Amino acid sequence: MTTSQVHEERGRHEDEALAGESVISVRGLWKVFGPRAAAVPNSPKLRELGRRDLLDRTGCTAAVRDVGFDVAGGEVFVVMGLSGSGKSTLVRCLTRLIEPTAGEMLFEGDDMLAANHKQLRELRRNKFSMVFQHFGLLPHRRVIDNVGYGLEVKGVGKTERTRRAQEVIELVGLGGNEKSYPDQLSGGMQQRVGLARALAADPDVLFFDEPFSALDPLIRRDMQQEVIRLHREVGKTMVFITHDLSEALKLGDRILIMRDGEMVQLGTGDELVGAPADDYIRDFVRDVPHGDVLTLKWIMRDPRPDDPLDGPELGPDVVVREATRQVLQADKPVKVVSDGELLGIVGDDEILAIVARQESGA
Amino acid sequence: MSTAQLRDTITTRRPSKGALVAGILAVWLVAWLVLRGTHTLPLGAAQLTGLHEWLNDVNDSIGANRNSNPLFLYFFNIIRLIVDEFTTFIQTVLSEPAFDSPIPMLGWLGVVAVAGYVCYLVANIRVALLAMAGLVFLGLQGLWTESMDTLALTISAVLIALLFAIPLGVWAGLSDRFNRLITPVLDFMQTMPTFVYLAPLTLFFLIGPASATIATLIYAAPPVIRLTAHGIRSVPRDMVEASESLGSTRRQTLTKVLLPAAKRTIVLGINQTMMAALAMVTIAALIDAPGLGKTVIKALQTQDVGTAFNGGLAIVVLAIILDRVTTAASAKARPSHTAPSRGAAMLRLPMLIGGGVLAAIGVWLSRTYVWAAEFPADVEIGSTIVRATDTATEWVKDNFAALTTDLKDVVSATLIDPLQALLVQSPWWLVAAVIIAISVVIGSIRAAVVSAVCLALLVGTGLWQDAMTTLAQVLLATVIVMVLGIVLGVWMGRSPRVDRVVRPVLDAGQTMPPFVYLVPFLALFEATRFTAIIAAVVYASPVAIKIVTDGIRGVSATTVEAATASGSSTWQTITKVQLPMSRRALTLATNQGLIYVLSMVVVGGLVGAGALGYQVVAGFSQGQLYGKGLAAGIAIVLLGVMLDRMTQAAAKRADRPS
Repeated sequence: MTTSQVHEERGRHEDEALAGESVISVRGLWKVFGPRAAAVPNSPKLRELGRRDLLDRTGCTAAVRDVGFDVAGGEVFVVMGLSGSGKSTLVRCLTRLIEPTAGEMLFEGDDMLAANHKQLRELRRNKFSMVFQHFGLLPHRRVIDNVGYGLEVKGVGKTERTRRAQEVIELVGLGGNEKSYPDQLSGGMQQRVGLARALAADPDVLFFDEPFSALDPLIRRDMQQEVIRLHREVGKTMVFITHDLSEALKLGDRILIMRDGEMVQLGTGDELVGAPADDYIRDFVRDVPHGDVLTLKWIMRDPRPDDPLDGPELGPDVVVREATRQVLQADKPVKVVSDGELLGIVGDDEILAIVARQESGA
Repeated sequence: MSTAQLRDTITTRRPSKGALVAGILAVWLVAWLVLRGTHTLPLGAAQLTGLHEWLNDVNDSIGANRNSNPLFLYFFNIIRLIVDEFTTFIQTVLSEPAFDSPIPMLGWLGVVAVAGYVCYLVANIRVALLAMAGLVFLGLQGLWTESMDTLALTISAVLIALLFAIPLGVWAGLSDRFNRLITPVLDFMQTMPTFVYLAPLTLFFLIGPASATIATLIYAAPPVIRLTAHGIRSVPRDMVEASESLGSTRRQTLTKVLLPAAKRTIVLGINQTMMAALAMVTIAALIDAPGLGKTVIKALQTQDVGTAFNGGLAIVVLAIILDRVTTAASAKARPSHTAPSRGAAMLRLPMLIGGGVLAAIGVWLSRTYVWAAEFPADVEIGSTIVRATDTATEWVKDNFAALTTDLKDVVSATLIDPLQALLVQSPWWLVAAVIIAISVVIGSIRAAVVSAVCLALLVGTGLWQDAMTTLAQVLLATVIVMVLGIVLGVWMGRSPRVDRVVRPVLDAGQTMPPFVYLVPFLALFEATRFTAIIAAVVYASPVAIKIVTDGIRGVSATTVEAATASGSSTWQTITKVQLPMSRRALTLATNQGLIYVLSMVVVGGLVGAGALGYQVVAGFSQGQLYGKGLAAGIAIVLLGVMLDRMTQAAAKRADRPS
């Protein structure tokens, strides 16, 4: 991928994020487990209690605390956190597999929490679907009947169902396996079945609940490529839960980091690495190869009077790694320019600081 | 760690449980030496207490008002009528003369053919051949009609039980609240020995096949309820969520996800229910259920070992058939399986059609020709079996009399008699105090309260001495069971090879109805307490051994490796690591051992064990002892509940880190 392509793609994503209608909109979402859970979000005093204190005082655990965000159409929105951070509960609240305790949730402008069982079922059948960590395949059904399950419960006829199922099976690269039972397939293939099942009803939004954490690293990488490919081909909005930062950075247009049920930071990958909100995030992103994530705008400095300003020009969103060769080869600092305006300059020192940090493994 | 757990770990050090129990026993022994023979609450064989007479009166008045009291007229009698009709119908298919014809709807050949075909459909061809061979063998034994009666009662009880049990199991699988409600009820039903179901049911449903079927279905339902609930509960959460997230209705999730995924477990439950039903149907002979049970009981009572053996053998054959078929059916119900080979798949349809045609021909023949309808009497081997058994018994008696008699006498004199003397001759309040104290030490305060209530009620039944005699037998048998359980369990837990050899024997042992165990020991030891105790040991050992084995195997391999690495000998590894770490399994094995022993010891009342079991049996046969028999049944339940609660509490304590 060349520099300009990277630039273009980043730009495109950002434009979409800005231009796309917000598909999911969440405000003040709480999920509290325990006796009289509803009292917690409503009480100004209890809201402020930490995990330990809340448990001692009320016997309740707040898995999701006052979370709010918007997911734009076509965006890949990643929720990241360690186990116990509430990310899986959050995604289940979004689909109402778990009922939220308090808050507001709009799906394509409609109030999700007001939907009755029937409306909710209709939404699940047509508007969104989910991919699970342990696949959740039905072992007594063949691949094709697993993929067609959603259509079956919707009442789609057998011929149409089989045709559509076959189509998505081909799409996820499982052609030829439609007659197998799930336990005859490898983990990666099983998750492809899960993916196909989620795609079968052609939903607007796909939810992924740590879909690849049960897979081997090599297979995980393949599956991540697969998701990127599918996103490019079918352009669905995706909400992706993971505990793996590199996965989050690879897939996510924007990343929401959670800890103890709370939002810690929401931003693009380079924002998280370049401007971590607190020590927790800083600690998190420490091992990330900064050069792969940061863009020039994060490392540029203001020009000093003695800097020659006739060096080559690059955009602010060029990734450091892509710019390294050019900066090091130029005998003058590179100007970071956007729309003809000089934002700053990047010299050998700035680049080397990042590259050296990466090589020393810090 | 929660604060409650923390508190527990910080409790101050107290004298060990073992020392406390030993102390209590020592005090008891001393007190016994001083007080023996006083306050022993004796009751003569023909003596009745007020309670017994009152129960007799209740029985009489129910008998008198059976056809006028609305509760009976519109409830119990109707249930009896429906169950009776259904059971009779199945009997006319299999065993009893149908309508105006002298033979059942299916003659023997028809039964064999249909059974083979059904087994092929639900299981596989191997099992079908086994079932057919087994059925023919039953005919050759000269017990065709009796076997078919037993089979008919078992089938009708199981069918009616499934009608209620599977929906209840599904409900318990879906609803936590209902599960919490029904679990203690099922626990209680399963702790009750088969014996005690019978008497109260005769009160409401008279004696005969209807009562037998109802007793059987109540006794046999719990396993399938439990396993259905368990199967539904163990469906992975992801699977249910996936189904819901795709917009399934509750019904769709149930029928398309939960039930198919739980199918194998449910069929396993049907297997256990079937085996329990067969065991109960044979015992229900005591309340006049037709079939093999009757043959065996009559022979046991007259000590006709040959005939009892022949009948017992038939029960075993029937048990093997039912077990193999339902086990194979459960294996086939596995959620998915590797696709059948091409050849097998191509054969399937012709086999289905061909089998159906053969079955139809068999039925037709059995309804047309006498030779295919009534099992031919001239190819009978039953009398040969009877004679051979008698000869063998005589031979053993002649050659090993010294050995068997000595064994019996020595064990009786050194173990049974002293223990029984201690329990029976102590003042009742002393025994009660000892039991309550032990409940506190090994169990909990709550268990002690249960013990106290049970003991008080035991005194109330007026059968204290009988209860103590039974308790002595139960305790002794349980100790032997646990010794066997630990030795074999450790051996099997440590060596997969031993496990492979022994486990099938244990499995076979568990499928046999309790009755059957009495026969060989009756032959060896005649009608005595010793016979009942040995039969109980053999009956209860398999379950105890299996639980201990699982416990030993459950100890993490790393811990055992660590012990070996730090230089432990095998003996040290067993006594310092494996046994202490399987403490919970050991208490659980004791619990199950006690329950199984109790249920067998009371059946031993048929062969000279006397005490509560004998009172129950006597109550069935003699009108004036009915109330006493009923009270003896209650006493058995009280003993069972007490022992169960005590050991459950001990098991719960073993769960916590000390």
